[in-house]
Amino acid sequence: MKIELVYFGRPREHLKVSRETADVPAEASTLAGLLAWLRLRGDIWAQELADSRVRCAINQEFAGLPATINEHDEIAIFSPISGG
Amino acid sequence: MSVLIQEADFDLASELATLRSGNSKVGAMVSFVGLVRDFSHNETIESIYLEYYPGMTEKALNKIIAEATERWSLINVRVIHRIGQLFANEQIVLVATTALHRGEAFAGCEFIIDYLKTAAPFWKKEQTSEGSQWLETRDTDVKRMEHWHNDTVRKSA
Repeated sequence: MKIELVYFGRPREHLKVSRETADVPAEASTLAGLLAWLRLRGDIWAQELADSRVRCAINQEFAGLPATINEHDEIAIFSPISGG
Repeated sequence: MSVLIQEADFDLASELATLRSGNSKVGAMVSFVGLVRDFSHNETIESIYLEYYPGMTEKALNKIIAEATERWSLINVRVIHRIGQLFANEQIVLVATTALHRGEAFAGCEFIIDYLKTAAPFWKKEQTSEGSQWLETRDTDVKRMEHWHNDTVRKSA
């Protein structure tokens, strides 16, 4: 399943990636599964994408870890927001 | 109703003049301006860096404005949020509201800035002499936002 990934805030800076297209396996069809799959990429990924350290959005709406991901979705992964 | 996200500074007086023009029913106008301040305890902030999520941030702000407009019958709203590198004491954010009466204008303005802090995707990194660090949502901001869930709060403003 192909999805678009975008990164903001701390993970964007530390992982040195702001956007990528990823072909993810079936077990990555929820946000929790996707984060677990991305954490396999290595130490820095495991550290930056710990469930407690990131927030997510699917197609530009905030979404929780159990949310389902579909083909071509735009998934955003970011640190907790801090505007204003 | 309009939202602007930009690197450039804004001029409060001209924004307010535009916001209230052409509507003789406007009886009250309230504006909030957020400034870059020293967040840290030990070091001095040299500057902050702000980024946003193009598309989602505007959508989130428009949703917050729509809710405030409906709840307090606001006549007009202007939100400007700056991004990029900003230095101490610079303006970061403007929220301005117009309404028939001051109660609605005050409440609507406060609601929008409280929700913006916790529901609009912006990320802020502070740069100090000791290095840089990303700031996270503050508990006090979450509490201020949650207080608006109490239905009796200022509904009769």
